[in-house]
Amino acid sequence: MNARVLDRTLVYGGAILLAVWVLIPLYLVAISAFTPQARLFDYPKPLVPTTFSTETMQFFLEARGVIPSVINSILVALFTIAFGLALGTPAGYALARFRFRGRQAFQVIVLATKMFPIAILSIPLAVTFLQLGLYDNLIAVALVHTAMALPFIILVTGGVFVAVSHELEEAAQTLGCSRWGAFLRVALPLALPGLAAAAIFTFVISWNEVFAATILTLRTRTLPAQVLAGLGTSPLGFKFAGGLFMAMPAVAFIFLIRRYLMNLWGSR
Amino acid sequence: MAGIGIERATKVFARTTAIKGISLDIKDGEFMVLLGPSGCGKTTLLRCVAGLEHLDDGRITIGDRDVTDLAPRHRGIAMVFQSYAVFPHMTVEDNIGFGLRMHRRPKAEITRRVAEGAELLGLTNLLARYPAQLSGGQRQRVAVARALVMDAPVLLMDEPLSNLDALLRLQARADLKRLHKEVKRTTIYVTHDQVEAMSMGDRIAVMREGSIEQVGAPMEIYDRPASQFVGGFIGSPPMNFLRGSVRAGSFEGDGFAFPIARVPPKADGRGLLLGVRAEHLRIGDQGVPARISVVEPLGDHALVTALVGKTPIKVQAPIDVRATPDDDVRLAFDESKARWMDAETGAAL
Repeated sequence: MNARVLDRTLVYGGAILLAVWVLIPLYLVAISAFTPQARLFDYPKPLVPTTFSTETMQFFLEARGVIPSVINSILVALFTIAFGLALGTPAGYALARFRFRGRQAFQVIVLATKMFPIAILSIPLAVTFLQLGLYDNLIAVALVHTAMALPFIILVTGGVFVAVSHELEEAAQTLGCSRWGAFLRVALPLALPGLAAAAIFTFVISWNEVFAATILTLRTRTLPAQVLAGLGTSPLGFKFAGGLFMAMPAVAFIFLIRRYLMNLWGSR
Repeated sequence: MAGIGIERATKVFARTTAIKGISLDIKDGEFMVLLGPSGCGKTTLLRCVAGLEHLDDGRITIGDRDVTDLAPRHRGIAMVFQSYAVFPHMTVEDNIGFGLRMHRRPKAEITRRVAEGAELLGLTNLLARYPAQLSGGQRQRVAVARALVMDAPVLLMDEPLSNLDALLRLQARADLKRLHKEVKRTTIYVTHDQVEAMSMGDRIAVMREGSIEQVGAPMEIYDRPASQFVGGFIGSPPMNFLRGSVRAGSFEGDGFAFPIARVPPKADGRGLLLGVRAEHLRIGDQGVPARISVVEPLGDHALVTALVGKTPIKVQAPIDVRATPDDDVRLAFDESKARWMDAETGAAL
């Protein structure tokens, strides 16, 4: 076996191992979510679903507070995308276009915010939000999620705008656009697919986030907070159905945007 | 229609001065080439005229307007970029018409002028395509068409041919020259390719390290370079230079000495460079002693490298020249075609 073959074997072997690591739990959760409640405790557990039923799923979706919390989650995610892109896109653009003093430092600091686990930040955040009167409020959750997603949005949009040649904007300026017009008519349309990818990823970050959402809300729960709140007391089927329901958007979106993630992380 | 006036233009980047107080007058309808090696400031100067860079000092006029502080869109310029900068998300038609749309021309006029521009550049069949579906040469033509339909009095071109392959470049060079004859815009054309500069320019400004070394008609610059740098940059092969000094009617240097009839004024004692072009040298029985080191047949002529003392000298010889390496020969040249330069400053005497 030569080195090349060995290399490929290691890479693919590793990839398969990781995929299995992720896919097996997902698969088990999925088949359990579509198993009738009564059959859930069958032993040995059949690895191929023998009965298919939406009973468990229905039970989950009809449980009290689930639908409102789904709506809350979607609203929070949309607010997060709006805040995140409004703040992150200009920052990413600046990183891509301008050579300013402290640019490198800025990039590092943006990443450094990721060093602090949200669990550590949550308490001071909760206190601050309480003082501001922003408590048990979707906007408050969206603001925290924005803070969490911003480093990612800034770096991704930065990468997107680097890929859009500056000469295109300059050409637009010589053809009659102002600087802002050149951005709107040339850079923005070309960056749109990448910005969409950033938006979708932001959605996933917000959709999955549980810690801040739990700390900051009481009645207006997002879905993960809602599921977590009842986790100790809810029946097993509810947990499986909830798990699948929360995982699916993330899985679907990652599939949709994987090309952009490859562009951003794979080739740089 | 408008001439361009550049007065003491200075541009400083973080550490380096990109252009150092350049003054240049370009006549209405003239094709001016900015020529120089990379990093000499030619593109920066062009971008200053375009308004994409702001001058730190000096001023720029187009026609009788001072445009120094105007945005690109208010200057009455159109520009062709080195990368072409064709908008990838627009069809060829929308690309060519972009500038007209930005200037809110009536629809009928846009359609007409885009059609004319496409016709002029041979793009009529490609109007519905996207840039990704075009070859490099076609994209380059889209960029030129997009600039031309603007009817701006000034056309700026930044190495528009440098990304084309050699054959296409010859074709595109001839096309651009023909276009200029037809539309007669005042043009500034940036290139590092001296052949492009020679073949296209009405005048050439040779630049070096942020300054203009010499401005003149192509043949004037070729025949009478103002400095060693210009002589060495223009022409292929570049001008030969022998370093030495004149003593009692003889030019002496490292390993050579030969009699010379025409000496520059006040030549005695100072270090000199004698510049002679390859095509002005003949291999024969008379003249400067030299030893052949390399013979390169190039089809219509042979390029012979001979050592005069220790200095390699390029000679353009007939293809049937009888010369083999290590032959001792003599090189004759017409002294009236030779250039004397100061060895210290490189400036022509």
